[in-house]
Amino acid sequence: MSDAILEAHAVRKEFGGLVAVSDIDFDVPRGGIVSLIGPNGAGKTTFFNMLTGAYTPTSGQVTFDGREIIGLPAHAITQLGVGRTFQNIRLFQTMSSVENVLVGMHCRMKGGIFGSILRTPRVRREEHRAHDRALELLRYCGLHQRVDEEYAMNLSYGDQRRLEVARALGTDPKLLLLDEPTAGMNPQESADFTAFVGRLRDELKLSVLMIEHDMKVVMGVSDRVTVLDRGEKIAEGAPAEIQRNERVIEAYLGSGAAGQAGATP
Amino acid sequence: MTARLADLWYELPWAVRRVVVPAIAVAALVLYPKYMSNLPTQFPEMSTAVVMCVFIVMALGLNVVVGYAGLLDLGYVAFYAAGAYVAGWFATLQFAPHVHHLWAVGVPSDLPGVHINVWLLMLAVGAAFAALLGVIIGLPTLRLRGDYLAIVTLGFGEIIPQAVNNGDNWFGHNVTNGPNGLTPIDQLGFGSAIHNTFGFLPENYRREFDVNNYYYWTGLFLIAVTLFCCIRLRDSRLGRAWVAIREDEIAAAAMGIPLMRTKTLAYAIGAFFGGVAGCFFAIYKSSTFPQDFTLNISIFVLCMVILGGMGNVWGVMLGGAVLAYLNYQGLNSIGRTFNDTFGTQISVPTYSFGIFGTVIVIMMLVRPQGLIPSRRRRAEFAAAEEGVSVGKAVMEE
Repeated sequence: MSDAILEAHAVRKEFGGLVAVSDIDFDVPRGGIVSLIGPNGAGKTTFFNMLTGAYTPTSGQVTFDGREIIGLPAHAITQLGVGRTFQNIRLFQTMSSVENVLVGMHCRMKGGIFGSILRTPRVRREEHRAHDRALELLRYCGLHQRVDEEYAMNLSYGDQRRLEVARALGTDPKLLLLDEPTAGMNPQESADFTAFVGRLRDELKLSVLMIEHDMKVVMGVSDRVTVLDRGEKIAEGAPAEIQRNERVIEAYLGSGAAGQAGATP
Repeated sequence: MTARLADLWYELPWAVRRVVVPAIAVAALVLYPKYMSNLPTQFPEMSTAVVMCVFIVMALGLNVVVGYAGLLDLGYVAFYAAGAYVAGWFATLQFAPHVHHLWAVGVPSDLPGVHINVWLLMLAVGAAFAALLGVIIGLPTLRLRGDYLAIVTLGFGEIIPQAVNNGDNWFGHNVTNGPNGLTPIDQLGFGSAIHNTFGFLPENYRREFDVNNYYYWTGLFLIAVTLFCCIRLRDSRLGRAWVAIREDEIAAAAMGIPLMRTKTLAYAIGAFFGGVAGCFFAIYKSSTFPQDFTLNISIFVLCMVILGGMGNVWGVMLGGAVLAYLNYQGLNSIGRTFNDTFGTQISVPTYSFGIFGTVIVIMMLVRPQGLIPSRRRRAEFAAAEEGVSVGKAVMEE
């Protein structure tokens, strides 16, 4: 029980008559890297949005670190320790890289109205420390010093992806949710990113849940892979098992393909 | 053109930008009453200057809501009214025959009604009441976004003056004295104790010969306080959260920013300064009437923010000064100059709405980012011109 940082039980989401996610049981082990894969429209992002409070499930339970989080607003879930990135990059465009990370650190800071207006020593110290920490996170995520003061909108695509991760790390998460983090990256960048996710687990002791389409990334770094198709969980297991799973191959390539296509979904 | 001006400005040495120019500007403003009689008549008279101060404070307050947090508020006049009526309640004969005085200055100590120290009223009570009203209005309405929020705030901006207008009989109580308004309101002053120690601080402004000068200096002081708070807040944790919400609410919430709380704070802080301005103006006019608080004022202040440059305190102050000046004196005196020069007989102020409308349209065409835009706005507009979509990520939901 306690070795899972996130547990979902019979989670279901309906939009009108459409069942987007159908009674899924799911968990992320503490310190583990779990990938969520599946064809487009399988319900992966919907599932993600329920974990982060953007959607409320129609039914089911989700516990994070032993606490029920269904019904909590998004910011409260972040405060508990769930950081996330977005599939379509959602940085604060007219804020600098540093400011973006500082926004991520918002819920770990205390400065209030009066402290900010009077700029008390405590607020000043806090701002100082936060600024240093933000720079540290930017370096850690592989952003160069020259982009610190650059608006997010002026960053290259790869740097924007990196900044998304840095910003999520700013919230000081225990569990990091990555929504298609390597979308649009070239093979070399994807390989680097795969190694980076491994470092997040090993060095920062993070648990990671990611939605990913790039099978190289998924197979390279995941401890476990969960496959969704049309809102249902059709397979779960170690990467090697999933690669051989017939239902998975069928979901990706269509029925009858299992015999011919062989190993790679 | 103005971009080049900005570059020139930033090329100036630090000491010039941060010390010399501000010192000259402050001196010029503070000493304005001393040399304005030597200036052409087109320059603002002292009474106009006081009104300009009032509107600059309001524009700065609304800028927190609209410019920083991106919440379109069309009912800002409600907070202006709240401040004015606090002055009307606690510094008039309204609640006679009860006699309650709290550090009241410049009024006989047996004067009936509630009389609270006018400074306390203006800077704390009136402003706090407006801020509280901001929270009360904000909590249900700020769940809405964009245009929906604008419509609901528009509604509240209409409700408040109506309620005040009918306030001479709220469940049998005369609260606001209805259309007759509340008057006379106690005047600003420092009281005899302070006046005796510091001779230059008048006991009661209204007893001074150059009463407008004192109100003008007080207005400058209020602007300074407001400006200071606005700048400090902009550069704080809260200021960053506002920008984040303005850009992308969903991402902001996912980064741990409590949306309702942060938006309501912006609303309350904006309301606070609206209350300060309302209270000050009511004291200056020594009266407050329901018809002072029309929708026009909300729109007018919003125009100041947009014309000046949303999110930039200097732009907003310029916008406030220019529009308030034009409305209260400028159109009149420019019109007179025009008529004198060309021998015409045009009553320019009658066309004020047409002129303001034209000015706004021209601004939107030529310089939509405002006279002095904030760096962020400039970046947004520059990107928009290049055809890059900014800020508003397409929502999949």
